[in-house]
Amino acid sequence: MSSDKRNWEEFMEGIWRQNPVFVMVLGMCPTLAVTVSAINALSMGLATFFVLVCSCALVSLLRKQIPKEVRIATYIVIIATFVTVVDYLIQAISLKLYEALGAFIQLIVVNCIILGRAEAHASKHPPLAAMINAAGMGIGFTIGLLALGVVREILGAGTLFGVALFGAHFQPWVIMVLPPGGFFVLGAWLLLFAALERRKQRRRAEQLEVAQHG
Amino acid sequence: MAESVAQIFVNALLANNFVLAMFLGLCPFLGVSGKLDTAFPMGVATTFVMLVASLCAYGLNLLLTSFHLEFLRLIAYIVVIASAVQLVEMVLKKYSPALFRALGIYLPLITTNCAVLGVALFQTAREYDFAQSLAFSLGGGAGFTLALVLMASVRERLQLSDVPAVAQGTALSLMLAGILSLGFMGFAGLGG
Repeated sequence: MSSDKRNWEEFMEGIWRQNPVFVMVLGMCPTLAVTVSAINALSMGLATFFVLVCSCALVSLLRKQIPKEVRIATYIVIIATFVTVVDYLIQAISLKLYEALGAFIQLIVVNCIILGRAEAHASKHPPLAAMINAAGMGIGFTIGLLALGVVREILGAGTLFGVALFGAHFQPWVIMVLPPGGFFVLGAWLLLFAALERRKQRRRAEQLEVAQHG
Repeated sequence: MAESVAQIFVNALLANNFVLAMFLGLCPFLGVSGKLDTAFPMGVATTFVMLVASLCAYGLNLLLTSFHLEFLRLIAYIVVIASAVQLVEMVLKKYSPALFRALGIYLPLITTNCAVLGVALFQTAREYDFAQSLAFSLGGGAGFTLALVLMASVRERLQLSDVPAVAQGTALSLMLAGILSLGFMGFAGLGG
């Protein structure tokens, strides 16, 4: 029972408290580059999820065999192997999607989240725990990408998953699907979270004061 | 149809700036751009790694294609880049220990700088020849350095100004990057 609870906490860690996009601000390049539409964001998130879980599992299985001196190189080769698998997989499933994501599928290799997880978590924990943690991070990353993709697609193209939301008179805010839009939308999300966090802290401080002064 | 060498260089430097238009290499861009003193050397080190990676990738690609081993491309590239970074690290440690310490964790992280792998992947995808690859990597590196230096200069100035507490940190950097990126959009079409 207690181990179940621990696993659940590990899992939720990546989704909320340590969210890779909004809290740790890692893996920015794919985050900003592919989130011009919700469907691109979702596919990128799932591809990263797959690579993350598989490589963390393998790293964790091999953690006693990998010599300390060459561990980073080993991790990268493991990650690159799974990225190659995903690369060919997406090409086989949907050529259109493959062209939309372009080189960014292969660039999953250099996504700091994956190497970070392999180094900080998977190399020190047994396979199941490593996979649970990786899955949480992967889902958290996917949610972060979707949050950006949805906003940018709605504002920049007036559609969501390719379905038109507004009437024919909608004037799309084109800048949102161009590079500056990516920076602005992510910045705005971070601002929102920072504001919420500050409010929470202020509330807690007020409660404490009330409790102290009766 | 083939782009001239000069066109490729200008495109990679300004119109399709690696950081501000193609979103490559954002981690060091946000991480090391706090001070001008570290931003510039970081840019130069990255440019050097890019150049080495680009040349090696060009040779590797010829080799792998002749053996029909294209599926190994990604793994081969990343191993070459990791070795090049190791080289830069050793040189810096020997000749400039102070700089080596200032760059800290971001130095080995050049390995996972998407801009470096991006150069190798894009030049392969666009089938650039040797001179074109060279121009692409130099332009990309110079563009990366330019973006880093611009950002660092703005952030140094900002330390003296009164920013709302809620906007401190990454959110502010991202907004700045967005504005810089807007500016760089003005270069669109420059490289033809």
